[in-house]
Parts: sequence; C-alpha cells; structure tokens
Amino acid sequence: MTGAQILIECLRREGVEVIFGYPGGAVLPIFDQLYEAPIRFILARHEQAAAHAADGYARATGKTGVCIATSGPGATNLTTGIATAYMDSVAIVAITGQVKTNLIGNDAFQEADVVGITRPITKYNFLVKDARDLARVIREAFHIASTGRPGPVLIDFPSDVQTQETQFIWPERIEIRGYKPTYFGHPGQIKKALHLITQSEKPVIYAGGGVISSGASEEVKELAERLQIPVTMTLMGLGSFPGEHTLSLGMLGMHGTVYANHAVTGSDLMIAIGARFDDRVTGRLDSFAPDAKIIHIDIDPASISKNVKVDVPIVGDVKNVLEQLLEEIELKHNQLPNTKAWLKTIRDWKRKYPLFYKKDDAGLRPQYIIEQIYELTKAEAIITTEVGQNQMWAAQWYKYKDAHTFISSGGLGTMGFGFPAAIGAKVACPDKEVFDIAGDGSIQMNIQELATAVEQKIYVKIAILNNSYLGMVRQWQELFYKKRYSYTHITSPDFVKLAQAYGAVGIRVSKKDEVRPAIERAIKTDNVVMIDFRIEPEENVFPMVPAGEAINRMIGGMA
Amino acid sequence: MRHTISILVENKPGVLARIAGLFSARGYNISSLAVGETQDPEISRMTLVVEAKDERILEQIIKQLRKLIDTITVADFTKKDFVGRELALVKIDYKRENQRKISSFLDKYSVKLLKRKEDKAIIEICANPDKVKEFLKDVRAFGVVELMRTGRVAML
Repeated sequence: MTGAQILIECLRREGVEVIFGYPGGAVLPIFDQLYEAPIRFILARHEQAAAHAADGYARATGKTGVCIATSGPGATNLTTGIATAYMDSVAIVAITGQVKTNLIGNDAFQEADVVGITRPITKYNFLVKDARDLARVIREAFHIASTGRPGPVLIDFPSDVQTQETQFIWPERIEIRGYKPTYFGHPGQIKKALHLITQSEKPVIYAGGGVISSGASEEVKELAERLQIPVTMTLMGLGSFPGEHTLSLGMLGMHGTVYANHAVTGSDLMIAIGARFDDRVTGRLDSFAPDAKIIHIDIDPASISKNVKVDVPIVGDVKNVLEQLLEEIELKHNQLPNTKAWLKTIRDWKRKYPLFYKKDDAGLRPQYIIEQIYELTKAEAIITTEVGQNQMWAAQWYKYKDAHTFISSGGLGTMGFGFPAAIGAKVACPDKEVFDIAGDGSIQMNIQELATAVEQKIYVKIAILNNSYLGMVRQWQELFYKKRYSYTHITSPDFVKLAQAYGAVGIRVSKKDEVRPAIERAIKTDNVVMIDFRIEPEENVFPMVPAGEAINRMIGGMA
Repeated sequence: MRHTISILVENKPGVLARIAGLFSARGYNISSLAVGETQDPEISRMTLVVEAKDERILEQIIKQLRKLIDTITVADFTKKDFVGRELALVKIDYKRENQRKISSFLDKYSVKLLKRKEDKAIIEICANPDKVKEFLKDVRAFGVVELMRTGRVAML
C-alpha cells in the first residue's frame, strides 16, 4: 500500500467519518485516495475554517475531529484553528502535506517548518519520514489527542512518503512510555476532600470544560444535589450543569452573574472540577475566594496550583474521581454539611442582583434576541459563538441544559470561530438546530464559509448581532479610554444580499416584534439562514469586573 | 534559587526543541543544559540547571516538563545527595614570570594543563559545581583570554 492508502485505512479504523479540509500540491496523493474513500469530506473555503469546523465537530460529539491541508500556507492557515483547540483542550488531528523529504530544509516551494511552528500549540506533533512508521504514528496521534487532557495533534506528511509503497501493519497495541495519564484519584486525597466537605458550611462547585470532556455532567449533578451545593460554571463549562437548575449560579468571572461572584467570594469551600483558574475567571488573585479551602480535581497535574494555591489536589479523570468521591460520601451520609442557610443567602443575592437589561421598546436589545432564540429552540439547540459581546450575551442569556451544546473559543478568544464551528457541529449533529451567535465584526472573519455550508447543505443559522462596532473593544474604549472609539466603528456589507449571493437566505430585523417571526422562519427554512439583527449600537455587556479587580467588585447591569 | 533537574527523554529529533521551547514560552530561565545518550541509545539524559524565583515556579517547571510526551522521568536533584560535575576550559596568559605561581595554582585545584602555545595556555577543570565556581573566580587573577563551560551533569 502507499502512504496515502495507509492513511485512509488508519483513519477508517480510528472511526473517522468526516474530514474537513482543503487540497493543494503537497497532499495530491491523499486527495486522490479521498476521491473514493468511505469518509465524508467537507471542502472548506479557507484552511482556518476547516480547523475550526473539525474543532466544532469534536466539541459537539466528544469524538476526535480531523482536518487536512497542504504544506506551507495551507498549514500556516490551520494554525489559528489548532491554537484555538489547544487552549480549549479539544481533540483534533490535523494532517498537513509537506514537501518531499529530500527537499525539507531547502526553502522549497510552499515549504514551512510546520512541526516547528506548531510545537507550542499542539499537544504533540509528528513529522513522518518513512511510510513504515505511518500506522503507528496515526494510532499514537489519535491516542494522544483524545486521552488525558485532550488536545490537537499534528501529523506532517511529506508528499513522497504519501506515495511510498510499504506493507500495512496495524499496530494492535501502542505504548508511549512518557505518556501515562492518571485516571483515578488517590484514595487518600479523596478522603481529605471529603473531610473538607464535611467541615464546610458555604461550599461552591466551580465546574469547567473538563466536566464536559470527561463526560461527568451526571456526576456533578449528583454531587451538587446530594450535598446541596450551588454550581457556577466557567465559559467552557456552560452546559455541564443545567442552567435552569435551582442550584445553578450561571457563569462566574469577568462577565459572570453577580450572585456567582458573590458566592465564590463568600464561600468557605470551593470544589474546582476540570477548571484551570483562568484570569478571566479569578480577577484579582488575592481576592479570589479568599476564605475558601480549595479542592481541585483535574486530569492535568500542571493545571493544579498554577495560579491559585490548592489545599487538596486530586489528579485524575473528573468522572472517575467524582464517582470515587460519591462512594465515600455515601459512607458518611450522616456527616454531610448543612447548606440551608448558605443557599438562602444565595437566593437573596439572586433576587437582589439578577441578570438585567433594559426592557423598553425603543431599540433592539441583543439580550432579548438571545432569550427568544432560547425559548424558540426550547434549550435544545447547539449554540456556537464568535468572540466579544456576542459571545458573552450568548453565555449569559441562553440557559444551557446539556453538555456539548455551547461551543465557544474560550481560551484563545478567536474571532471567526463560531461560524465554521457551527458547520462542524451541524455535520456531527444533523438533527439538531445549530445557531451561530455572531457579531458584525467576527462573522466577516470567516464569512466565505457560506459557500461551504450552502454547497454541502449544512443548514446552520447565523444570528448577527449587528451594532456597526467591534463591540467589546468599543465597550472597553467607552469605559476605560474616555469614549475614544479608535478604529472600532465598522461598516459592513448588506448581509441580506450577501447571504442571497451565496445562495443562502438573508433576513433583516430592526424591530423587537420582528425578532420571533425571524427566528421561527430561520428554524423552519431548509437552507442556511443569516439574520442581520440591527441592535442598539452602544449596548454593553454587564455586569462586568474591570480587568485586575476583585470579582465581587462588579460594575453595571444591576436593576 | 538554582535547581538541578534531571530528565530522561526519548532520544529523537525535536526533543531538545520541545524542552527549550517550554522554557522560552513560559519565561523560565535555563542556566545550563547538558544532553547525551544513556546506556540505552533510545534514551537521553538531560541535566538542567534552572533559576526559579520560588517553589511555585519550580513546581510548574517540573509539572510542565513531566507533561511533555517525550519526557520519561523528571527529578529535582537539588535537595538530594548527588554527584555533580561541570567542565570548563580556560585560556590564560602564561608568561614566563608567572609560571611558578600558575603551577601552584593549578596544583591547588588539580587542574590539567592541556596545551601551551607561545604565552597562552589552555587549562581544564572538571569538578563539582562549587569548586568550579571558586576556581573560575580565582583564575581571573592570571588574565582570562577565553572561557567556555559545559552544562552540569549530575548523578544520584
């Protein structure tokens, strides 16, 4: 078999059903095989979008996403997508063509040191110089990407290796001696954690993306309900615990709810689960949960005590550790904490400081739009976002019920992510409604994917919250730069006509009473639909913790 | 504080770049580095001397090193009873009138004179890190023309 044939055979054996990508000179042998392979191929219009689509596919399913691009510029275009997946711990395998092995290092046409470029943004990467190594490399790539703390893995694949003939041997077992993630929590640590839990009166659970990648939503729910502990989520953790649950505090941090931030600040015990104490969550570190003992459960030891000193670290897969913890809790069921008074305090905060926006009929409020999408999709949709105000409104106003239904670039904060990620999610879940909540700035960073979606009949819906501004940057300029709106006012094309030009459906909405009919029409329409919502231009995302402040010192958004 | 960290890694291309990249990306400092094959040609030993402001940073360095797929074991030797060796080559002025003084200096440190040419000499010290440090301070008195040193190697 040739290298290219081995690649396809290995992908098939790894269970790959779909690949996102773009052809080019250094991947011609692979594309020749894809021509009749039993794998669906989605032709993007830009390699960055192919990487985001593979990422969206992975986040919607928990499976590993696959993307492919040619050498040089094809590969460098993938890098933003790879870095996005890396920061959010998403399993993707990226395959790049490379110039022939004898030309590597010669500054050949479309040559770039892709292994060098992607080293700091991949969990691991490979340069395959001999087709005999290929099957093992692909198995290792999928194994590394999807186990432990997931992440992107890149395989750089020179074109002469793609045509090299060799015998295909599928390695039944793989053994990587330097890679042995810890899956179960240390029993001693579990006991220590339980001891802290029994001593606490004001506990709070802080759930991150690790809960979703570990598939531990049920366990988190059981823990919260069993012990009556309120749950706050990071941006990446949204959906890990039902947003409408009485114990849910919604999101914490810079644009979190006031009550979540007050609960964290006032807590005496924080159970951090699959989260990493990002600066957008903690705000000023010395005022973050100042009176709380901290239990931190994470599969990545390097995430523990990186930013915040932890009292009881537990390294392991979140799901396993929670199961272990729940077993121990059963044994101590008569010593569990009484959180009644604490929950009453939290109820008071919720009543006093609810999420809030101005409910007038004057202008079109973005929060109202998200609420209507929430109601009309009955919390069953997959929501992807771009980055900025649109992302924060989507995080605040849609109450996510299930894991894998909120897909957003949290760590890297990549504008242009949401639309291609929506395409990937829709390919993965064709029966689900998929909405990209976008801004007029972000959507233009990968708008060419309208062609992909229309051509491949991937009927995603795009809600552009159009305020003619790069809104989040404008908001910071308003609040911290004396309203000097330096290069944040933007003009956009006519999105309705643009959608039509691509063969999609465009709808413009300027008034409040047009919102629901437009969303209903989008849901009913068997096509890609782009709704241009003309929102209040200077609406802000509130509440807000100014950068570097303590998270209970929030501004704005209070009734 | 300086820490001596000993790592076993896969002996394959790119591993050194991964380690070096980790340090530069996270803003850690490497004071010295020594790499070489072990008795198993598939495995290399790297000995790093790193500067860490506090325990937290040291802990992060070690955890991040362990996280790399190509590292097999990572150990901090600092508080352990290890044998450490560093080697330095020094080219010094070797004027006739200084010869006696230099000879006794070399004897004091059991340093080898490797080569003499005209009024310059190359001398070698291979000793534990403290001794090398002391020697390098004292040798300045003779006029150092050129100095080069290896990284530290350390064994328990």
